[in-house]
Amino acid sequence: MALSLRNLVSRNSLAPLPIGRLLLSTRGLQTFSLPDLPYDYGALEPTISGEIMMLHHQKHHQTYVTNYNKALEQLDDAMNRGDPSTVVKLQSALKFNGGGHINHSIFWKNLAPVNEGGGEPPRGSLGWAIDTDFGSLESLKQKMNAEGAALQGSGWVWLGVDKELKRLVVETTANQDPLVTKGPSLVPLIGLDVWEHAYYLQYKNVKPDYLNNIWKVINWKYASNVYEKESA
Amino acid sequence: MGSFCFHTSAVPSSHLLSGTDCTYGLGGLKLGNLRKIPFSRTHKASKVLAFYGLKKPPYKLDALEPYMSKRTLEMHWGELHRGYVEGLNKQLEQNDILYGYTMDELIKATYNNGNPLPEFNNAAQVWNHNFFWESMEPRGGDMPKLGLLDQIEKDFGSFTNFKEKFVDAALTLFGSGWVWLVLKRQERRLEVVKTSNAINPLVWNDIPIINLDVWEHAYYLDYKNDRAAYVKNFLDHLVSWDVATARMIRAEAFVNLGEPKIPVA
Repeated sequence: MALSLRNLVSRNSLAPLPIGRLLLSTRGLQTFSLPDLPYDYGALEPTISGEIMMLHHQKHHQTYVTNYNKALEQLDDAMNRGDPSTVVKLQSALKFNGGGHINHSIFWKNLAPVNEGGGEPPRGSLGWAIDTDFGSLESLKQKMNAEGAALQGSGWVWLGVDKELKRLVVETTANQDPLVTKGPSLVPLIGLDVWEHAYYLQYKNVKPDYLNNIWKVINWKYASNVYEKESA
Repeated sequence: MGSFCFHTSAVPSSHLLSGTDCTYGLGGLKLGNLRKIPFSRTHKASKVLAFYGLKKPPYKLDALEPYMSKRTLEMHWGELHRGYVEGLNKQLEQNDILYGYTMDELIKATYNNGNPLPEFNNAAQVWNHNFFWESMEPRGGDMPKLGLLDQIEKDFGSFTNFKEKFVDAALTLFGSGWVWLVLKRQERRLEVVKTSNAINPLVWNDIPIINLDVWEHAYYLDYKNDRAAYVKNFLDHLVSWDVATARMIRAEAFVNLGEPKIPVA
């Protein structure tokens, strides 16, 4: 009798039921869900096609979220069982899928339709900081475009702020590594996704065209807000 | 491999043996060394502009439909692969030493033991893509036969198990890269290996048997994000076990896979 009660209450049997989620979260495991886009899929046309936005959000980002949650559950289970080799084995899946979720969540906020401020240059403190650290906005764009074009394989190009050194940086990361893997005090302001799925259907092999065009829909307001918060 | 000193009519050389560079065919004469003298500089002749050429796949661009569309081949081979070849030639123009290498040597040299030189990406991707086109055939798939099948069953347990491992490698490769069935020289067995970006098993001195491009550009036009469907179609309908067998036969000249069965009189 006691045995069957125990089986009823075990994590595995509860997990598919909604109550299982509730119980899991009261034990401290928080799972994640796909954030909504703050604009329609077609709102960034003609710079980024609606087809790409839909696939990118509904398929790629969703897959990262799903697999991140799966890895978290496996991690929780392995930690509770005291299974260090599984814990360590899961690290690459956590970094990849968790990073994918983090990076894309920022990316959607980095973009905005033209009629909502997409492409408008940054003003205020971020604008000044860009001029100070890079000479001009144009020069920053050229630098990021060059880094993006030179990046081999899959990855991201970042404009970030080093919150300790109080300085803007341009960095690249491979695959889905978040910017923080390049420096613990780096905070991402703008991320350019240069994975092929971000542009291939529309720009084919011509990555430089994608990079030149994406600036037309970059949401500098978000970047300015983050920058002001970090440099306060 | 599409290199300049390629295929005179006197040298019979099967396109299946794509690991061969021209030096073997010409009785060991290393034409590469001859070219170390920069002809154009001494004689002010017209500059040699092409070092490596873009080799055509052994089938028409629409022959792999519906599993790999003509559009994909036009983009992937016609633009991207061509881009790697042209990029490599531009880089070799600036570099007299690397200019003299054969393709296989070039890859190992520019890999530089893990700290790749700028030419590595182009060189390795040229090689990888040549190998890839030749690893496929129209109405491919099915199963290997005879010796290769025996070796696969020996090293993986069963052909099904090999396919599972191959698919798993393709799906767990994060980012861009390639999946290989490779004959490992040291271990003297077949293994499934996944590599990132442009890396290929030549740099570890192993012998590739087939490969699969899992960079997104290889399947995105046909399958969007569904890499699993792409890999399945590759294994079921595209992979050329005939070519793999020919490569395996050649590989066995370099790796002793077992004791020969000498019949007792």
